[in-house]
Amino acid sequence: MSTTFTVDGRTVTVTSPPDTPLLWVLRDELGLTGTKFGCGRALCGACTLHVDGEAVRACVHPVGYAAGKDVRTIATLEESAEGRAVVDAWIATEVVQCGWCQPGQCMSAASLLARKPTPDDEDIDAAMSGNLCRCGTYTRIRAAIHEAARALDGEADG
Amino acid sequence: MRTIRRAVPLRPLAVALVAAGVGLLAACTPGTHDEPAAARASSASVVQTPAEGFAVVARVLRHPRCLNCHPAGDRPRVGDDARLHAMEVQRGPANHGVDALRCDACHRDANQPLAELPGAPHWSLAPRSMGWEGLDDHALAAALRDPATNGGRSLDDVLRHVTEDPLVLWGWDPGPGRSPVPVPHDAFVDALRTWIEGGAPSPEPGIVTTF
Repeated sequence: MSTTFTVDGRTVTVTSPPDTPLLWVLRDELGLTGTKFGCGRALCGACTLHVDGEAVRACVHPVGYAAGKDVRTIATLEESAEGRAVVDAWIATEVVQCGWCQPGQCMSAASLLARKPTPDDEDIDAAMSGNLCRCGTYTRIRAAIHEAARALDGEADG
Repeated sequence: MRTIRRAVPLRPLAVALVAAGVGLLAACTPGTHDEPAAARASSASVVQTPAEGFAVVARVLRHPRCLNCHPAGDRPRVGDDARLHAMEVQRGPANHGVDALRCDACHRDANQPLAELPGAPHWSLAPRSMGWEGLDDHALAAALRDPATNGGRSLDDVLRHVTEDPLVLWGWDPGPGRSPVPVPHDAFVDALRTWIEGGAPSPEPGIVTTF
């Protein structure tokens, strides 16, 4: 049995069993290693990506559920306005330390901004609490999301 | 509030034990060992009065498979020990989590045995108005009767909801790592029907019936 979906704008057909986690398919079958493995049980958020625009944990997302869907990973995050703003703000704020969790952090942040363009601290904490960072970059993540929101607001005004 | 942890009435308990024995025998029969425990148990009604019926209903509604997602506040609970959901998961404006951390970030419409992750159609918290946490039997009965606190349902709708809704039925097939509701589903439905057909009376205040 095969599953067909788009990943980062490219249509792919994979042959892994439908209950195989999407993360395994991306990394092992398709060789797309931008999405990171952290815990494998949806506890850390490192594998967060977008399926039809919604942030999901790829490690517990059976690939069968991706059939016909649009999967976006960190590799093409910058193609959206929110994603571009997040990446720019991440660099400007020097968020990253070891970096392993950051693809998932960025995907969640972009998802938040797409739905709530001017989040307050409470919104950010609620949305990002499922993305763990063992380096403890949380305060810089929060600052970067505010920075990205300001940049997007400036684009809208301009 | 006077709080009493009332045991199961003796006669229904005896019937339930017989039913469990029947189920155990059935479990030893070739070809039946994969069936859910609830399906193996007898479908015979174990209650005859509305009060007995509501005692069974209250026990089921307070089981973690039901109560964990009917909290009084905005945080779901998980597991047989009803601990708060990790990742600070919150109710959100539509009972489906918050932006970028919705329930379906992880939960799908079916259990995922590989990750021991539960799932069922329209996985979400019950509305805040349907929070049962902390209610005694008297208040719980009132909550079930009142459309303002039962999701806008008539009592017939409530019966249909617990009979057919796949999210309710999940409580009897919760996947690995979680105890199913220990009362057979059809016995629970029979108990609720007995209570409703008997006028849906309220127990005395201060009683909390649990397993």
